[in-house]
Amino acid sequence: MGILDDAFLKSLWVFHLATGSCNNCDIEILDCLTPRHDIERFGMLLTGSIKHADVLLVTGAVNRQCIPRIKRLYEQMPQPRLVVAIGECALSRGVFIHSYNCPLPLDHVIPVDVYIPGCPPRPEAIIAGLVKLIDQRKAQTGQAKV
Amino acid sequence: MPRTIVPIGPYHPLQEEPEFFILTVEGETVVDIDLQIGYNHRGIEKLSERKTYDQVTFVVERVCGICSTSHPFAYTQAVEDLISVEAPPRAKFIRTIIAEGERLHSHLLWLGLAGHFLGYNTIFMWAWKLREEILDVMEILSGNRNNYAMFKVGGVWRDIQAQDIPQVLKKIESIIPTLEKLKKAVIDDPVLHARTKGIGILSKEAAIDYGAVGPTARASGVDRDIRKNCPYGAYDQIDWDMIVTQNGDVFDKVVIRINEMFESIKIIQQCLARLPQGPIDCVIKDIPPGEGIGHIEAPRGECFHYVRSDGTNRPVRHKIRAPTFMNLPTFKETVIGGTISDAAIVLAAIDPCYCCTERMAVRNRKGQTLWTGEDLIRLSQEKTAQIKTQMGQS
Amino acid sequence: MKRQELLQTLRERFPDEILGVFEKSPKRVYIQIQPDAIVRLAQYLFKEIRARFNIASGVDGRNQMEILYHFTVEDIDLVISLRVTLPKTKLEIASLTSVFTAAHWIEREIHELLGINFVGHPKLERLLLPEDWPEGVHPLRKDYQEWDPNAIRDRGV
Repeated sequence: MGILDDAFLKSLWVFHLATGSCNNCDIEILDCLTPRHDIERFGMLLTGSIKHADVLLVTGAVNRQCIPRIKRLYEQMPQPRLVVAIGECALSRGVFIHSYNCPLPLDHVIPVDVYIPGCPPRPEAIIAGLVKLIDQRKAQTGQAKV
Repeated sequence: MPRTIVPIGPYHPLQEEPEFFILTVEGETVVDIDLQIGYNHRGIEKLSERKTYDQVTFVVERVCGICSTSHPFAYTQAVEDLISVEAPPRAKFIRTIIAEGERLHSHLLWLGLAGHFLGYNTIFMWAWKLREEILDVMEILSGNRNNYAMFKVGGVWRDIQAQDIPQVLKKIESIIPTLEKLKKAVIDDPVLHARTKGIGILSKEAAIDYGAVGPTARASGVDRDIRKNCPYGAYDQIDWDMIVTQNGDVFDKVVIRINEMFESIKIIQQCLARLPQGPIDCVIKDIPPGEGIGHIEAPRGECFHYVRSDGTNRPVRHKIRAPTFMNLPTFKETVIGGTISDAAIVLAAIDPCYCCTERMAVRNRKGQTLWTGEDLIRLSQEKTAQIKTQMGQS
Repeated sequence: MKRQELLQTLRERFPDEILGVFEKSPKRVYIQIQPDAIVRLAQYLFKEIRARFNIASGVDGRNQMEILYHFTVEDIDLVISLRVTLPKTKLEIASLTSVFTAAHWIEREIHELLGINFVGHPKLERLLLPEDWPEGVHPLRKDYQEWDPNAIRDRGV
């Protein structure tokens, strides 16, 4: 366990990327920030720039216009980096699987670390998913769990 | 004066959909705006053609997560118009309750985001905290926080249980004092007045010409509300007022949305008190060939669906028009002529919720010189030095 | 103006342009018109009846394309749909952008999704589809086929 991993997991900054979603997952992500759920107690902060982010939260059924932009944003992320797919659309495209404008699922575009299912997932599910991500990472680097 | 282009988007934090605005500015003033959309295009109209009539209600629910009642509502109205049936009275009341609950949470969501864009985060936290209460109400009524899955052609899927009604009424009642407080905090705030009054004015003529709908049009004095003019659901049996203001600026759009929330509470209370007994859906055997139109008032304006059938169990054509499709082009009227610092709130005022935060690149109109970060730092240092000398002189 | 008066006036003012009127229900009327009369009728409805332009829907039929222009007259709670049929050999109609600004985006959308040409539109560019979408492929047509060999359409299980 290095100081980098320690610092990394103490304060995960997240960047939110909508790739043709229906807003519901995006609103639930925002909901995590508000007083009732308050995700900031885990040291997470929604950041405005991909260059400050540790985690990329992706929602939506990856549409053609977004594919090159997702790749570009992923390349711009500083390492170590994590990707979380939120909602059924980002997992498998849900009802949009036969849409002419959504040719690929997200994990064929960029590698994904955690999948959070639901349409939309509740804020509690999003928080649980992110905590699992931290625990998994800590287990890999030999730190105590949350 | 040299013209520069300021791109906003397609990805910026705290917004729902990716969308790309290209602002051309002269100094501080915006002189042109170009919009590029299509980052959210999922081809739902085509998808609809391969689903059965009952499945389409669930697909159109995913057109927009915030309007997840409006689209199924308009779609079921269209199919009912096609078959010439009407939903039973109890179903109409339940539909109205769900639609107004959605309007409440959607307007609170917008109010919070608008506060956030202005740098007034207190409003953001207050409004979203209040919104959670309404989502609780929706969870009691429908079983879901969003995507209520209540609508079906000819009625609703789920009844409202009698034992839930007192609980819901109590929750709705408890929202009112907080909403009053929020209203005072917003409408009487001098900073908000300074930031929103007289900004981004959409004239009445322009609103009609652009075909603007919903609060965007009503803020400009266009007294059109589908709920009043073309009543559907239970709106013609309920006592409520249409809110219209005259100035067309951002402040008026805030006022309209806040006052509409009180009307929504009024409608929900009346509907729950007068909920008629009876069945919640009617039997529909088959869908004849023909065409139907349904339009309803979504939180953002009129939502329009057109369905054509050829007698099979799938629609041949299903046209969906969301309210923002008509409201977005009005940016050409409202943003041009204002300053770049006002652009964020003006773009947000029609409720697609956009802000410009990070991710800015300044480029010369001719596209020859790209200003690097160092250039920008140098410019800002020059400007600070200039201000310092001015202050020293004065 | 009442509904019957309105329809009567329309019939009297445009006797040659209107091919048929179908009164579906008290709130919905469909009017079949000549394609070259669309600008005049739209102008009359928008300027004099003060109707609001809702939207236009393009429909791909077996032998011809149809465009329905939906107008709402809010004072009498009536939706008027002007129906235009275009032969598949000549998909062209005059643009309504000169009458109201509201037509700009929807005409761009129909142009790219169905391939109908709007004559006189100032900026008939793509609205929704990405830049790398092939020219001449219109997804809302009935004969649309998957063109992308890389697309994955199963859930991988």
